[in-house]
Amino acid sequence: MKLSSAKIAAVVVLSLTIAGCSTLGGNTGKDSGEGAAVSEAGGADLSAANAGGEWRGNPLDNPNSPLSIRTIFFDYDESQIREDHRNVVIAHGQYLATNPSVTLTVEGHADERGSREYNIALGERRANAVRNLMLAQGAADNQIHIVSYGEERPLMLGADESAWSQNRRAELIY
Amino acid sequence: MNKILVLLVTLFWHLQAVSALTIEITEGAEGALPIAVVPFGWEGTGAGPGQDIAAIVGSDLSRSGRFRTLPVNDMLARPHRDSEVEYRDWKVLGMENLVVGLVQPNGPDGYLVRFQLFDVFKGALLTGYSIPTTEGNLRTTAHRIADLIYETLTGEKGAFSTRIAYVESITGSDGKNRVTLQVADADGYNPQTILNSPDPILSPAWSPDGLRLAYVSFVRGKPAIYVQEVFTGTRQQVASYTGINGAPAWSPDGRQLAMTLSKDGNPEIYVLNLVTKGLRRLTEHYAIDTEPSWSPDGRYIVFTSDRGGKPQIYRVPAVGGKLERLTFEGSYNARASYSPDGKSLVLVTQQGAGYRIALLQLGSGRMQLLSGGALDESPSFAPNGNMIIYATKTRGKHELAAVSVDGRVRQRLSLQGGGDVREPVWSPFTKFNRRDQ
Repeated sequence: MKLSSAKIAAVVVLSLTIAGCSTLGGNTGKDSGEGAAVSEAGGADLSAANAGGEWRGNPLDNPNSPLSIRTIFFDYDESQIREDHRNVVIAHGQYLATNPSVTLTVEGHADERGSREYNIALGERRANAVRNLMLAQGAADNQIHIVSYGEERPLMLGADESAWSQNRRAELIY
Repeated sequence: MNKILVLLVTLFWHLQAVSALTIEITEGAEGALPIAVVPFGWEGTGAGPGQDIAAIVGSDLSRSGRFRTLPVNDMLARPHRDSEVEYRDWKVLGMENLVVGLVQPNGPDGYLVRFQLFDVFKGALLTGYSIPTTEGNLRTTAHRIADLIYETLTGEKGAFSTRIAYVESITGSDGKNRVTLQVADADGYNPQTILNSPDPILSPAWSPDGLRLAYVSFVRGKPAIYVQEVFTGTRQQVASYTGINGAPAWSPDGRQLAMTLSKDGNPEIYVLNLVTKGLRRLTEHYAIDTEPSWSPDGRYIVFTSDRGGKPQIYRVPAVGGKLERLTFEGSYNARASYSPDGKSLVLVTQQGAGYRIALLQLGSGRMQLLSGGALDESPSFAPNGNMIIYATKTRGKHELAAVSVDGRVRQRLSLQGGGDVREPVWSPFTKFNRRDQ
């Protein structure tokens, strides 16, 4: 588990660097600075990530990058970002930081239990939690728009935990 | 031209009837008063009225849970006026009250509906009315008659002439979801689409005069609060700030709208003066504050807040001031609204795995469960305070249900069109409801 998250972090560093080089040459200095901070955590595994080959397309489309993950799930009545999702949010935050012209909408959602307006508020709190962690990575305020749909747009139909756990989420929409 | 119009009206009527709510009484009260409502006579030529007035009256009365109606087939006689009534025909069947009536032609398109209400055991006429009406208003007239009977026999105002608003969503054959805001008679008939949207509609709220609805509608990925005139369709956007624009609630005088806005960072309760357009912030806390509702005297606003860690109900003076927590039982209490007499709150509470409707007595703090579903929500009082309508989910489908305030009578209201029906709100008593009389 620990190893795989380290791997992912390494891939993030790699893809961020590529993104910086290919699309925003002028910002290279800043990019490598951001990248270095993260590589302290995942640097040990850089070689393993390299072995998988380099992604040359849009980093958002790299299926091996956490940037390809666009849905963050939450626990019941919680808006704290779970440990297993932090790296995804951090990766997106860093991507935004290195690509200041890119904007993102974070949609907050809740499961169907409880009252609808409270769920709208809960969805917004989840979207804000995602946003705040992205801002901490250097993303700018005006890059991230948030909206809450509460329980109005479930991903899964069904009235059990397996559906509810899929519906308590934030969706990242570029 | 007239023929085309009649045809159109007929078609429209048919379409409406297809999507009408059907109401099934799932649990009846034991102490219901036995009453016989005899099919009304027709004293004109031709087919006569297109509605069975007695059946509508009888269905209203049974729906209230206060009355048990005699099946027509069990009747020993079918009188239409006092001179034809033999009290023993009804005594022998155990009927305490009897309603008879007849319809007479009244001008080219009009009717005169006459009815009389009797006390069978006293052998006395209690009341009687003649009501002029038209073909298109026959159901309204029948509800009015049910109101008059209910008021005479219970001493309380009937709510049969009122309306309900609700949100319906239907997935079309193209897989796309359509959301509509509907207004129907209190018995589910005559649904009219007030708003049609591909995006969510939430929190409809009747103005105290029953002429307008405030609601939340998402447009281009952003929620905004609108106030719409129900009969003209004219609407006005009253709040579209950054973030949440939600949970509109009318002040009893109809001049202010409490609402939830998160424009300053997180959901807080605000009060918008609809006359001056002034906006006033009522709460200030980093927790969620939402779902405001005014006390009938306009002095207080209750709302849901998780400032104590879990959602609970709080009360604050409407002009601002000291907060008071009202719910202490359970870890989830939300969406409270006042009873018309201001003595209790109806709310959503979590009980084990289920979310249910409960009544909180403000005097004693006692909480009484009123529903037993797994996902019950959005309770709304009838304007006479006797029934509560709410949304429930059974077998994966969202439906409406109603329960008497003492928890003894339960009904399920299901839409036949296959849509999901949610967020019912019962209209207030209005002058409009009696426009035809």
